[in-house]
Amino acid sequence: MSAEQAARRLQEQFGEAVLEVIHDRGEVTVVVAREALRAICRFLRDEPDLRFDFLSDICGVDYLTLGRRPRFAVVYHLYSLTHHHLLRLRVPVEESDPVVPSVTDIWPGANFPERETYDMFGIRFEGHPNLTRILMPEDWVGYPLRKDFPLMEEEILFTHNLPAARRKEKP
Amino acid sequence: MAYQLDQLIPTGEGTLLLNVGPQHPSTHGVLRLVLELDGEVVVRCTPVIGYLHTGFEKTYEYKTYHQGVTLTDRMDYLAPLSNNLGFALAVEKLFGIEPPPRAKVARIILVELQRIASHLVWLGTTALELGAMSVFLYCFREREQLLDIFEMCSGARMMTSYIRPGGLAQDLPAGFEAAVERVLRTFPERFQEYEDILSENELWLQRTVGVGVLSAEDAIALGVSGPNLRASGVGWDLRKTNPYAGYEEYDFAVPVETAGDSYARYRVRLREMYESLKIVRQALDRLPGGDYIVHDHKIAFPPRHELATSMEAVIHHFKLATEGYRVPAGEVYQMIESPRGQLGFYIISDGSGRPYRVHVRAPSFMNLQALAKIAEGRLFADLIAIVASLDPVMGEVDR
Repeated sequence: MSAEQAARRLQEQFGEAVLEVIHDRGEVTVVVAREALRAICRFLRDEPDLRFDFLSDICGVDYLTLGRRPRFAVVYHLYSLTHHHLLRLRVPVEESDPVVPSVTDIWPGANFPERETYDMFGIRFEGHPNLTRILMPEDWVGYPLRKDFPLMEEEILFTHNLPAARRKEKP
Repeated sequence: MAYQLDQLIPTGEGTLLLNVGPQHPSTHGVLRLVLELDGEVVVRCTPVIGYLHTGFEKTYEYKTYHQGVTLTDRMDYLAPLSNNLGFALAVEKLFGIEPPPRAKVARIILVELQRIASHLVWLGTTALELGAMSVFLYCFREREQLLDIFEMCSGARMMTSYIRPGGLAQDLPAGFEAAVERVLRTFPERFQEYEDILSENELWLQRTVGVGVLSAEDAIALGVSGPNLRASGVGWDLRKTNPYAGYEEYDFAVPVETAGDSYARYRVRLREMYESLKIVRQALDRLPGGDYIVHDHKIAFPPRHELATSMEAVIHHFKLATEGYRVPAGEVYQMIESPRGQLGFYIISDGSGRPYRVHVRAPSFMNLQALAKIAEGRLFADLIAIVASLDPVMGEVDR
């Protein structure tokens, strides 16, 4: 079964919860509602003719400068080791309520990528066993991959610029 | 890099917390492990990562696609050409273009040589950690021969940036084919040499057989890919199942082992090196002449000599150098089989000269999740062998 057929199966099974199906460059994106995400993931993993047993990746997207609403999305790339097809799920997430249910109990491998998405975008995954920063220091303020987070440079400390640089560090 | 304070409090009675790394000679970079030990047995193993985080994904959004190629080298610094290829294929998919036949075949030769080079570093360092100094020196001797080829092509031994969207950075140099022939002639007996030293070596067997066993179910559930997954009995190789870059035209086998231990991972990688040589042989025999990059100066830089005579070439060159090429809007996910597993480039383009979002699915990042699973309940001394057998590259884990 191809990814197109998988998308059709999802539409039949979940109806309203499947917001949109996009075909582009041979890839299929299914936009799904947050509330139905876990049910859809379970369905995709367990149905014998779909069998998306391998969670390839989870990442966040911030649509701020594209002006798209809602602002955030969480993107899941699922792969089937049985049928060798790939499907992309996209879950729109509101800025005012950046919470998505965790899929760590469906695919334990979601642990690290969900932490990374939280670390970079501040999107919380409900039910994650240890949702902490993973790449950034634990006392970091802000979420670096958000579009309104500026690209920063750290001044390199030498003896000649030490007092000035230290002054700049304090806001 | 974050860890909770409660990870510093031992959970069991009479257990000891031990911090390994981030500066530790055996962790292949800056991997830090917080261990809870009961005697010599690892009760809990928490990898703490992020010490090499450089914000590549953020940097991508501020660079043109052309500049973005150089960032790929620095992620998996043991397989820069594979990363170049992944990025180039993703951008080509957005454009809907195909590289010329010569570039296509040259790419296959280069990434397969890269796979061998990467596995050689793995084999050398793993053997070194288990006390086999000679294998380390042999492997690096052979790798040097491969790095010389990369230097011939790109001018750099490691940070190649040679495979570009649309083709290659420049044509293959004179003497390339002879150098690859030399590799094909000498390497099989060199590989045999490693096998003679290791495959039946009592010390090597004791440190690897039955150590760090990862079952197929766990490996799939945790998102483990590449040689680590194939050593657990799952014969998944993207070059076979979802061919890219023309792999469907080559004849090669996918080595699979079922034991799932460190020794199986060693066997898989060793046999993969022979298979890579097979692919290089076939590719070299059919290497055609012709262009090395698409003949579209909206994407590829015009040849240097044209700049002196053609005004249009100057304009194209100026446009490409200042604002880069404009990539049609859309999103793609390109998967390739890097030496470490499934490498994915997820690129969202908004139609401008810079990517809107780039996300890299780094195989080492996902593979590292399996470490806790297979290290817990094992001896501390085995932990080093287990980390080494998983082959994490921290540049890619932390990005």
